[in-house]
Amino acid sequence: MSVIQLENVSRAFTVTSRTGLRRTKREVRAVDNLSFTVGRGEVVGYIGPNGAGKSTTIKMLTGILVPSGGSIRVAGVDPSRNRMKLAKRIGVVFGQRTTLWWDLPLKDSFAVLQKMYGVSRARHAENLATFVELLDLGDLLDVPVRQLSLGQRMRGDIAAALLHDPEIVYLDEPTIGLDIISKARLREFLAQVNKDRQTTIILTTHDLDDIEALCSRVMVIDHGHKVYDGTLTGLRSSQSAPRTLVVDLAASLPPITIDGATVTKVDGPRQYLTFPTTTSAAPLVAQIAATYPLQDLTIAEPTIESVIARIYANPAPVTD
Amino acid sequence: MEVYWAIAVRSFRRFSTYRIATLSGAFTNTVFGFIFCGVYLTLWHTRPGLGGYDVSDALTFVWLQQGLLAPVGIFGATTTVELGERVRTGEIAVDLYRPTHLMLWWLSVDAGRAVFQLLARGGAPLIVGALVFDLNFPSSPMQWLAVAVAVALGILVSFGIRYLVALSGFWITDSRGVESMALVLSLFFSGAILPLVVFPGWIGEVARATPWAATLQVPIDVWLGRNPGGVGSALAFQLVWIVVLGLAGRMATVLATRKVVIQGG
Repeated sequence: MSVIQLENVSRAFTVTSRTGLRRTKREVRAVDNLSFTVGRGEVVGYIGPNGAGKSTTIKMLTGILVPSGGSIRVAGVDPSRNRMKLAKRIGVVFGQRTTLWWDLPLKDSFAVLQKMYGVSRARHAENLATFVELLDLGDLLDVPVRQLSLGQRMRGDIAAALLHDPEIVYLDEPTIGLDIISKARLREFLAQVNKDRQTTIILTTHDLDDIEALCSRVMVIDHGHKVYDGTLTGLRSSQSAPRTLVVDLAASLPPITIDGATVTKVDGPRQYLTFPTTTSAAPLVAQIAATYPLQDLTIAEPTIESVIARIYANPAPVTD
Repeated sequence: MEVYWAIAVRSFRRFSTYRIATLSGAFTNTVFGFIFCGVYLTLWHTRPGLGGYDVSDALTFVWLQQGLLAPVGIFGATTTVELGERVRTGEIAVDLYRPTHLMLWWLSVDAGRAVFQLLARGGAPLIVGALVFDLNFPSSPMQWLAVAVAVALGILVSFGIRYLVALSGFWITDSRGVESMALVLSLFFSGAILPLVVFPGWIGEVARATPWAATLQVPIDVWLGRNPGGVGSALAFQLVWIVVLGLAGRMATVLATRKVVIQGG
C-alpha cells in the first residue's frame, strides 16, 4: 500500500532579477515532472546536491507549497488542500532548526504537543516513556532546551516529531553536526521506530552513512529530475563506476599490462589498476599472478560518494 | 482550544524565566516614572486642569502608563518582534507545519507574555508611585472590573497592530522600516509621551480616535474615570478596533499563507 504518490509533479518559481531599471522575469523549475510512490513502512533516502529540489519536494509533500503541475496524494489526501488535517498525521524534523520551546524545560514542549495533536493522555504517556527510554532523555526532561547540547536537542526534536504517532516522518538532515556516537544512536532509534511502528521515513541528507545505515531505497534528484530510484547496491552498479585493484608486487616494475584492466598509478612496488564493475576480478588476478611476481592484492569498491558525484556530473534521467 | 491555553501557559512560564530582564525593566519604568512626574507636575502647575486632569490624575497617569508600557507592548513586544523575524528569515514556514492557526498561536503566545508582564512589571512602579505621591484608585468593584476589561482589550488591540506590522514582512523586503514607524506612531498616539487629553482641536480628536489610543489612553481613563463618553463607549471603542484589526489580521494571514503556499514565499 502506498502512502505517498506523486504523478508528473512540477514546481516552477518566478525569479525576478534587476539590472539597472530593467526587470527581467525568469521561470525556474525546481522540480520537473517528478513521479514516484512510497509504500507504507519504507525508509527512503532522498538525496541530491544543494538546490536540486529536495526541500521543494518536501514542502509539496507537507502541503505548504502547491505544485504547479501534476498530482500529489499523501496518506490519501491532497496535501495543500488539507494542510492542517495532514499536519496531524505527519512529523517533520529540520536538523538546523528546532521546534522546541527554547527557554523552557524539554518536558514543556512535549506537553504542548500532546494538546496540539490531540493525543490521548494515556497514549502520550506511553509514547513518551518509550522515547525517553530509547533516546535516553530521562535526565534532560527538566533541562531548558537552550542548555542542551546539539545532540541532546536533536534527540528532543526527533521525539517531538514522533509523539503523535505520525504515519510519515520527514527528516531533513537529522544528523547534521552530530558526533559519530550521537549519529549512530539516532540511526538505531529511527530503525527501531520504523520496525516497531511501520512509520514511513523520508530522509534527506548529505551524510551517506545515514543512507547506508537506514535506507532500503535511495532516490537521487538533480536539477528537479529524478536521476536514480532503487537500492543502494543498484546505485553503485548503475553508474558502472570502476573498481580498483591494488596489487603489491615483489619489486618496482614498469606498469604491468593485462587484458581488461589499466594501470592508473604506480607507487613503487604497488600498482593501481581500474576495471569496470561488470568485469569479474578473478581472471584478472589469475592473469597477474601468472605473469608477475604478485605478493598481495586488495579490491576496492567504488565509494558511494564517488558514485553519486558521477551521477551529478552526468545528469541523464534514468527511466524506471 | 486546549492547545492555545497550553501555549499561553508556556509563554507565561517562558517570560517568567527572564528574571534579570524583568527586574531591570521594572526599575527603568520606576525611574522614568519619577522623571515624567517632574515634567507633568511643572506642566499641570502652569496649566491647572489641563485636558480635564487634575494634578493627581496626571501623576496617576504617569505610573499607570509606566506599568502598562511593557504588558501592552507600546515599544513592541518580544513575541511579535520574533514573529517579524521569522517572517523575514522565512522560518515562518515551520509554523505552517503545525496543525494550529497562525494568528491564534501568536495571540496565545502574546497573551501569556502580557499576563506575566502585567503581574511582574505592572504592579511595581504603581506601588512605588503610590508610596511617594497621592494617586487616584478606582473606587468601586465595578470600576475595578471595567479597568481589568479595558486593559485586556487594550492588549488585544495592541496585538492586532503588532501582528499586522510583523506580517508586513511578507510583502515588504525590509519590514524593519515599518516596525520603527509603528513604534513612533505607537509612542505618540497611545499617550505614552503625553496624555492624549491635552491635545486640543482636531489633532486631539484624530489622536483619540486611532487604535493606539485604545491601547493605553483608554484603559488609563477608565481607571481615572475620565472617559469623555463614559466607560461603556470607551470599551465599545476598543471593541470596534479589535474587530477591525482582528479581521485585517485574519485576512493578512490568509493572504500570507496563500503567498507562501502558491508563490513559494
